[in-house]
Amino acid sequence: MLIVTCVKQVPDTTQVKVDPVTGTLIREGVPFIINPFDTYALEESLRLKEKYGFRVAVISMGPPNTEVTLRKALSLGADEVILLSDRAFGGADTLATSMVLAEAIKKLGKKDEVAMVICGRQTIDGDTAQVGPGIATRLGYSQLTLVDHIENVDLNAKKIRVRRRLEGRHELVEAPLPAMIAVLREINRPRYPTVPMRIFAQDAPVILWNNKEMGLREDTIGLKGSATQVRKIFSPHREKGEIIGDGVKDPQASARLLVERLKEKNILIL
Amino acid sequence: MLIYISTIIFAAAIALFFWSCYRRFRLLTLGRPEPKNRFNDIGKRIGGVLYYAFGQRCTVSHGYRFGWNHLVLFWSFMILLIANTEFLLEGLFPDSISFSLLPPGVYHPLAVLIEIASVLALLAVCIAVIRRLAFPPSYMEARSVDAFIILSLIALLMLAFFGLHASEIAQGTEKAANFMPVSNFVASAFFSDVPAGSLNGYIDAFWWLHAIVLLVFLNYLPYSKHMHILTGIPNVYLRSLTKVNTQPGEDFKKGNEFGVGRIDQFTWKNLTDSYSCTECGRCSDNCPATITGKMLNPRLVIHNMKINLLVNGPGIMKNKETVLPLIKGGIEGSVAEQVLWDCTTCGACMEVCPVFIEHVVEIVDMRRNLVEMKAKVPEELIALFENIEQRSNPWGIAPGDRTKWTADLDVKPFETGKTEYLFYVGCFGSFDARSKKVSQAISKILNASGISWGILGKEELCCGDSMRRLGNEFVFDRMTLENIRMFKEKGIKKVITQCPHCYNTFKNDYRQYGVELEVVHHTDLIYDMIKSGKLNLDVNDAKDFGNLVFHDSCYLGRYNGIYEAPRNVIASVTGRAPIEMERRKDRSFCCGAGGGRMWMEEDTGNLINVERVKEAMKKDPKTICVCCPYCMTMFEDGIKGIKADDKVQVLDLAEIVSRALK
Ligand code: SF4
Ligand code: SF4
Repeated sequence: MLIVTCVKQVPDTTQVKVDPVTGTLIREGVPFIINPFDTYALEESLRLKEKYGFRVAVISMGPPNTEVTLRKALSLGADEVILLSDRAFGGADTLATSMVLAEAIKKLGKKDEVAMVICGRQTIDGDTAQVGPGIATRLGYSQLTLVDHIENVDLNAKKIRVRRRLEGRHELVEAPLPAMIAVLREINRPRYPTVPMRIFAQDAPVILWNNKEMGLREDTIGLKGSATQVRKIFSPHREKGEIIGDGVKDPQASARLLVERLKEKNILIL
Repeated sequence: MLIYISTIIFAAAIALFFWSCYRRFRLLTLGRPEPKNRFNDIGKRIGGVLYYAFGQRCTVSHGYRFGWNHLVLFWSFMILLIANTEFLLEGLFPDSISFSLLPPGVYHPLAVLIEIASVLALLAVCIAVIRRLAFPPSYMEARSVDAFIILSLIALLMLAFFGLHASEIAQGTEKAANFMPVSNFVASAFFSDVPAGSLNGYIDAFWWLHAIVLLVFLNYLPYSKHMHILTGIPNVYLRSLTKVNTQPGEDFKKGNEFGVGRIDQFTWKNLTDSYSCTECGRCSDNCPATITGKMLNPRLVIHNMKINLLVNGPGIMKNKETVLPLIKGGIEGSVAEQVLWDCTTCGACMEVCPVFIEHVVEIVDMRRNLVEMKAKVPEELIALFENIEQRSNPWGIAPGDRTKWTADLDVKPFETGKTEYLFYVGCFGSFDARSKKVSQAISKILNASGISWGILGKEELCCGDSMRRLGNEFVFDRMTLENIRMFKEKGIKKVITQCPHCYNTFKNDYRQYGVELEVVHHTDLIYDMIKSGKLNLDVNDAKDFGNLVFHDSCYLGRYNGIYEAPRNVIASVTGRAPIEMERRKDRSFCCGAGGGRMWMEEDTGNLINVERVKEAMKKDPKTICVCCPYCMTMFEDGIKGIKADDKVQVLDLAEIVSRALK
């Protein structure tokens, strides 16, 4: 039985700056990192592997340098890593991305039965949180988002019980397998790789699947297969608000003032 | 007949002694090869043995009152070693070997010497017993059965010695009777009334007592803490000759194991250390972790290493199997993980150890096993490791913010071929709000001095100190290679650092990679500038600073021997020498942040920084002067902790100097 973990390599957004003149992102010199949310997805997969004996395959769609992220996954204990990389995949939005990922998962499923797909809740560059649900929909899997705890996996009954964290409450959900699970940061604390594993990962195989391998129709993938198009990237203009009260001399009064003002604007309801 | 029996007993006992020694010492060969050269510079090594072992430098210094007692015992022992070797040889080859066969010109002085040594040894033993009973040292084992057994054996040996000689004198068979004042006294006091006929019986009895005690002592030695009598001196000989005991690197090849998780992964020298511990307790008496009630006790770490070797050694010899885990804790012979994480790598233990045991190196080696082989580290460290690896600073702040401290100061980037000094600001100096002010003070001083300097700005990377001390050698190694590559590429040869940790890392750790940087810490640089008149200072009468107490940071002082420069700078700026704390210079007490402790929770015992702040507060300071961003943070926090922040300020040396700039 297989768990497929989807990860993405993203620019370290804390280091992305906006060009003050053109208003576009300066990507040059910005290091790439594994999407922080995905580290929790990988950790959860590895824990399930240790508990139930799954195999863990990690897939990622991206440019060839995504290999670095996949090697990191290997050093943490992934059994197999697959890089989905082709010029034809480039420029994809969430619709086209979930297409490629879903097809890759199907392909993996031919060798070994897929029990779950685990994703991070969202990426820090796109922030849409749509790819996971997209995969679930395309594959017809149970869709479990915002999961902060996996209670139990029943392999005989092919069922999974998870806890979802919603605003102000939790929801316990039982769903049939296979399932797509999008996890929150709170679900675990990712591990740190050992040195022998890092050394092993340096020259362990990273499997490459391009579109020759995948054989997907060009109009369903990449820019052409995308339903949305990027027109312009800009950083939102922020207006400086007014300063109310005197926070240094009388913090209590200014706090009260602030609460009043928020209530007036209907932002705060007490 | 009796003569044969004694020869056989002597031969058997001596053989047993050598057998025990062989069994113990062959376990040392289980250790890994030693990366440091332990046999070079023979002259210096012998000199060290004379000074430290025969001169008992470390035993008598550092305010240990009873160290003198050990010095006396040590020297009596050396003399009695000769006497007892004679006794053993005489036992083996009766009538053919004896001091009494020597010419009187040699025998007589020797007899006096041995008499004196015996009396002194007896006195020293009595003092040691009284001390253990009346003023016990800080730890329990000093009063162990082991200690009392050894002390009574020595005492008995001395009593038998006097009994034997006194009865011989009474009988009139001792040729050197006139040269044995004490034995003579004993003879007249106790044996004058004994009938001549029974004297032979006394002689035999004392001879046998002496023989049996000596043989028991000999055979007990290898099994007791007094094994240090055998290994102590060799261990002094094998000591690290460089003052900073820099952690050896590791070779990251496939199939290698990293760090020490099993006793045979220590080097043979580390294992010899464990055999040499005298259990004197000096290390733990000075350890900030032990003093503040943490789990770590450096003496016990070394003791547990020894026990582990003794328990596991034979099994490892036979089939590589171990029964007692080295890192686990909860049982004698095993070290708890928490113990390893408690260490601040302050080096106080190594400074005072009379037999040059290398605690820090051994502790970090075990940390390496936890980090590199097991990835088992306190949770807060995982975030630290990821931050440093990804963004090259401990907080994971965007590297682009490294230059924010320069604001509107005149700070130029380092230019290859043009700039002479790189001012390596370091992570604290770049990102920490308080330390940024120190960076600004340093740049003002540098500008005032007129030297050519620049910074790396956004390109600056972390030096890796915390990684190395925390046992993450793999990442440290990568970071070092990256820094060295950049230094070479930019032609950087001279580096000024603000942080003693960066200083030590560049100066001592990077040297292992074959780079010789000219590194200078700002304290030394400022002192040089003042001496050569490069700084125009308004010598203040110290009114701004009030009572100024100086704190020695471990990595500047103990690690790199910089004690006088900051004191001289303070004296020339304020016109007054700084006020000294009780624990200062090589005995300084750590602020609690070194060795990666800066990034970990301190949730057992008292807070180390508060302990140190309280010590400083005894001197009623208005200013506490530090030279290290870690010390700065720890002191400021500690002062807030005891709610004294309205009474005292913490300043870096550079800030004191920059305020005095004209
Ligand atoms: S280095 Fe310092 S903290 Fe560590 S064991 Fe030695 S004295 Fe204690
Ligand atoms: S390690 Fe050194 S200082 Fe510590 S108890 Fe042993 S001999 Fe004494």
